[in-house]
Amino acid sequence: MIQVFAFYLFAALTVLSAVLVITARNPVHSVLWLILAFFNAAGLMVLVGAEFIAALLVIVYVGAVAVLFLFVVMMLNIDFAELRTGFVKNFPLGIAIALVLLAELVLGIGAYQVGVMELGSASGTAAPIMGRSNVENIGAVLYRDYLFLFEAAGLILLVAMVGAIVLTHRQRPDGARGHQDIGKQVRRRPEDATVMTQPAVGEGIEL
Amino acid sequence: MSYATSLYLTGAEIGLSLTGLVLLLAAAWGGQRSARLITILTVAALFGAVAFSVNLLGMAGNEAAGDAFGGLYRADAFGSYAKILIYLASIACLIVTPRYFAQQAAYRPEYPVLMLFNAVGMGMMVSATDLMTLYIGLEMSSLSSYVLASFLKQDIRSSEAGLKYFVLGALASGILLYGMSLVYGFAGTTSYEGIRAAFAGQFPMGALFGVVFMLAGLAFKVSAVPFHMWTPDVYEGAPTPATAFFASAPKVAAMSMLVRVAMDPFAGQSASWQQIVIFAALASIVVGALGAIGQQNLKRLLAYSSINNVGFILIGLAAATPEGVAGLMIYLTIYVAMTLGSFVGLLMLRDPMGRPLETFADISGLSTTRPVLAWCLLALMFSLAGIPPLFGFWGKFVVFQAAVQADMIALAAIGIAASVIGAFYYLKFIKVMFFDEATREVEKESPVGHWAVLGICTLIISPLGFLLTKPLGEIAERAAASFAFAM
Repeated sequence: MIQVFAFYLFAALTVLSAVLVITARNPVHSVLWLILAFFNAAGLMVLVGAEFIAALLVIVYVGAVAVLFLFVVMMLNIDFAELRTGFVKNFPLGIAIALVLLAELVLGIGAYQVGVMELGSASGTAAPIMGRSNVENIGAVLYRDYLFLFEAAGLILLVAMVGAIVLTHRQRPDGARGHQDIGKQVRRRPEDATVMTQPAVGEGIEL
Repeated sequence: MSYATSLYLTGAEIGLSLTGLVLLLAAAWGGQRSARLITILTVAALFGAVAFSVNLLGMAGNEAAGDAFGGLYRADAFGSYAKILIYLASIACLIVTPRYFAQQAAYRPEYPVLMLFNAVGMGMMVSATDLMTLYIGLEMSSLSSYVLASFLKQDIRSSEAGLKYFVLGALASGILLYGMSLVYGFAGTTSYEGIRAAFAGQFPMGALFGVVFMLAGLAFKVSAVPFHMWTPDVYEGAPTPATAFFASAPKVAAMSMLVRVAMDPFAGQSASWQQIVIFAALASIVVGALGAIGQQNLKRLLAYSSINNVGFILIGLAAATPEGVAGLMIYLTIYVAMTLGSFVGLLMLRDPMGRPLETFADISGLSTTRPVLAWCLLALMFSLAGIPPLFGFWGKFVVFQAAVQADMIALAAIGIAASVIGAFYYLKFIKVMFFDEATREVEKESPVGHWAVLGICTLIISPLGFLLTKPLGEIAERAAASFAFAM
């Protein structure tokens, strides 16, 4: 009973926040609704027993992707009036595409109802290992069977990082604009920078 | 299969990666001043990897070929031979690198470190017995190559070369991945053994598409026609030491990987890939020979020369016999020596200010200004043209012999005819050096390291190289025996 209740709660909230993502006027609000949708999707994943995917949804989508979206949205200077100018003109095209997608959806569900499609031999190596949680299963595959490739993929990321830094990093010459010598800033004392003077009344000071 | 064995068999890659990580840390600490020291340490690490591979080659008879990590990786005679070649070529390129960048004060310790990771990737490529290992090795090698190509940031040609290489390389990787996904879809596994078993009975049409796409992606990496368009631009724009590297080590790696893909998972389908390889071989020979004729820039010329040579190497693969693979490995060895020699010779051509010279006008009359260098280049060019007393002839001879033995007489005949066209521009090179007036001041001195690399390469391709035919032939035969041939 509690599952059914939880399912409908999560599902309804997912759908609701997904709708709000596309109807919100402010793109920052859109992204915030998107984060809520991700959270509820993670809840649905927990309900079907895919706790690892739930964790991934929270960590990867909510944590990284959504924050990235937020940054991009905040940095883009979007002119909303301009965005909406073509709405009436493009409306028929949009409706046509939506109808095509609807037809595909109906066809897909219909085909699924008729029976399972045979796409290839089912004798692949991807059979699930029973009796363990899926975190354990994924861990076993990733860190035991494919440890070598996993580590090598890490090296690729390192190479990409080194490459990006090498190609963009410039050694600024001393004294150039924007050059910061932190040691010099810390060593600076008030007496080096300020001078006390007692000018006579009515006279200026020599700088 | 215990983990210890797996770790031992992949020792060269693991050792090089760990060295790379430590050196990267040292580079971050030491900054630009440590570049030379790190280059020396990198060369030492690569020598260590060579020693390890020689040891493995000595141990592994083809029956003792070891699978590591549950069939992701195989250490056999073929892989060890290719790796020795790759590491030696990388060492030669590293030795001549610092001086080139010193002139622009652009040398950084990350260059040798990236070379090291490149070597790790190439090692994985040649030893891959799983499509995933192949792809990861390929990407590791390619990614660091893109960076090496655009290493001279202030030179617009270098940046252009890097960008072109990156965009086209990414496209080729995409094509390769698409092919791999089709093959995986039809075979249900990515391991070579599994693919071989899955296609033993029947070979579905979709899998054939997959093989074609995979070959297209791999042909890009070895710069075989019709996927060669990037080569002249990248070779011309990249810094010359990086060009020397692209033309040698990654070519060996990509070619060995192509051979393993053709001979291991798709050994039973040789009829379906053979025609593609034959076409690519002939087209490369002809386009490489004709395209080079009009070139004024020597790096572009050598780029076309390498396309031309890839064609000859592919003839060995087209034969799909043990002799063909053995001939291919011998040709690759000689090709690496010839290419490295020519590029090092180019690197030694500088004007008195230390600026590199790289056009035909710059080398006119080189025989009077730098006679020893001119004679070395003469030997290398004759060898590239395949003129008999030099060792380059032997490489062509073995691949053509293999083709004839495999009843591909037409292929061999066209190849020989086209190599005569190729001789034209090699001879033009010699004519400009020996019979034209000297018009340019050139730098008279070159450092010992350059001379050593040039000297060794020239010695290998000189008639003295024929002393190597027996040991080289034996090793190449053992390497070819790593594959179970279908016939």
